[in-house]
Amino acid sequence: MRYAMAIDTKKCVGCSDCVVACQIENKVPVGFCRDWIVETTTGTYPNLETEYRSERCHHCANAPCVRCCPTGASHIEEGGVVLVTPDLCIGCGACIASCPYDARYPHPDGYVDKCTFCIHKVRKGEQPACVEVCPTNCLYFGDLDDPNSDVSKKIKERKYKRLKTEAGTDPQLYFLI
Amino acid sequence: MEEEIIISGRMNHKVDPLLHIWGWEIAFYLFVGGLAAGILFFASFYYLRGKDKELPAAIKWAPMITPVILILGLGALFLDLHHKLYFWRLYTTIRLQSPMSWGAWTLMVETPLSIVWSATYVREVFPNWDWKFKWLYALEAFFIKYRRVLAWIMVFYSVILGIYTGILLSAFNARPLWNTSILGPLFLASGLSAGAAVIMGFSKNELERKLFSQLDLVIIGVEIFFIIHLFMGLLASTEVQIEAAQLFLGGQYTLPFWIFVVFIGMVVPALLELLELRGQKIPVIIPVILILVGNIMLRFIIVYAGQASRYLY
Repeated sequence: MRYAMAIDTKKCVGCSDCVVACQIENKVPVGFCRDWIVETTTGTYPNLETEYRSERCHHCANAPCVRCCPTGASHIEEGGVVLVTPDLCIGCGACIASCPYDARYPHPDGYVDKCTFCIHKVRKGEQPACVEVCPTNCLYFGDLDDPNSDVSKKIKERKYKRLKTEAGTDPQLYFLI
Repeated sequence: MEEEIIISGRMNHKVDPLLHIWGWEIAFYLFVGGLAAGILFFASFYYLRGKDKELPAAIKWAPMITPVILILGLGALFLDLHHKLYFWRLYTTIRLQSPMSWGAWTLMVETPLSIVWSATYVREVFPNWDWKFKWLYALEAFFIKYRRVLAWIMVFYSVILGIYTGILLSAFNARPLWNTSILGPLFLASGLSAGAAVIMGFSKNELERKLFSQLDLVIIGVEIFFIIHLFMGLLASTEVQIEAAQLFLGGQYTLPFWIFVVFIGMVVPALLELLELRGQKIPVIIPVILILVGNIMLRFIIVYAGQASRYLY
């Protein structure tokens, strides 16, 4: 099993519904977010192109945060989901410094917090909160090992890019372009 | 003009707009860790060479401060933790892939060693010292008997402690400035230089001072070589590494780095030591303080600048 997410940058409008849904579902403290919108504008005026991306932890197959964690609090759960065990976390910040995507933050309660792919919902057969709520249906979540999952089908039919692969992370978010 | 504008809606505390998860606590610890490693390395190295009569400052006096500064450093590390009451989790596991894990274990060996080493010499340094209890005298006699074993463990662990302060940072591939293997040797050299400087400051005999002055000169030369190497490596690498090097070559850390670290912390003390070796009278405290200032600035600047260097899409 290999959970992954595909984000259709052609359909995303940057509404931030995924951000709010995550904050509510996961009781993210005020002022923090586990997922976020990035808007990039590139080109030469007047030929500009804007892209919206809904970003979160990339659940890297070669996760530097897991490698740098001194206590084993950061670990890879079944399905390749990168999680933090709060009772093992000392809040040293090594994982935060080691993440090229800056996807982690220190929770006000002390431990380090991040996107979990809503594994508590996924285990019940549901979809992550951000995927459920997306009004343009631009997020696809599923198992890459299952050729019939939404995410497998999407990355088979569409061109995609992954971010900062040069950091050696083997990220599992696929941005459809 | 080809442009790229990136707007992110994320504003997580201590992460955005620029990472600042580590502050003075880490920089201070890296400084005292390197300094203690330097002093303890020279103490155990010259003890094993049988020089405890000729080099009292290196073997007996300077190590007296190492338990104090190591405990201060550990205190700073503790302050840095966000989940403080769980700090003991460091010692319920050993994770070889994580430099912080084996660094924590190294400190667990080196700090008690520094205490024991100083304790075996404390009555020579402070003649009025009284252990008060009989069993403490017995313990002291036991450790004095096995001082050679202590020295062998210490010489090994002080090198690990010194190099660890740099490797801790170089393990983070997300921060291009830190992600260079030269940082370990550079911090080790810088710690040895600080150690030699402090020993010089403690020393009262001409021969010992001269020896450590010469040693320090060589180490400063090695440090400058490593710094040149650091920039050669960064500039010959990918775009993010070139951008990281620019922080020191025209960017916001240019002046503090070249003035405080290289000029005040290395070039000036090296010149003063050269003059002194040629017979000029220069108060030893001046190069000692300059070297320590350069040392602490190196740690601060690398810790802060590293967090400003990143991969940007």
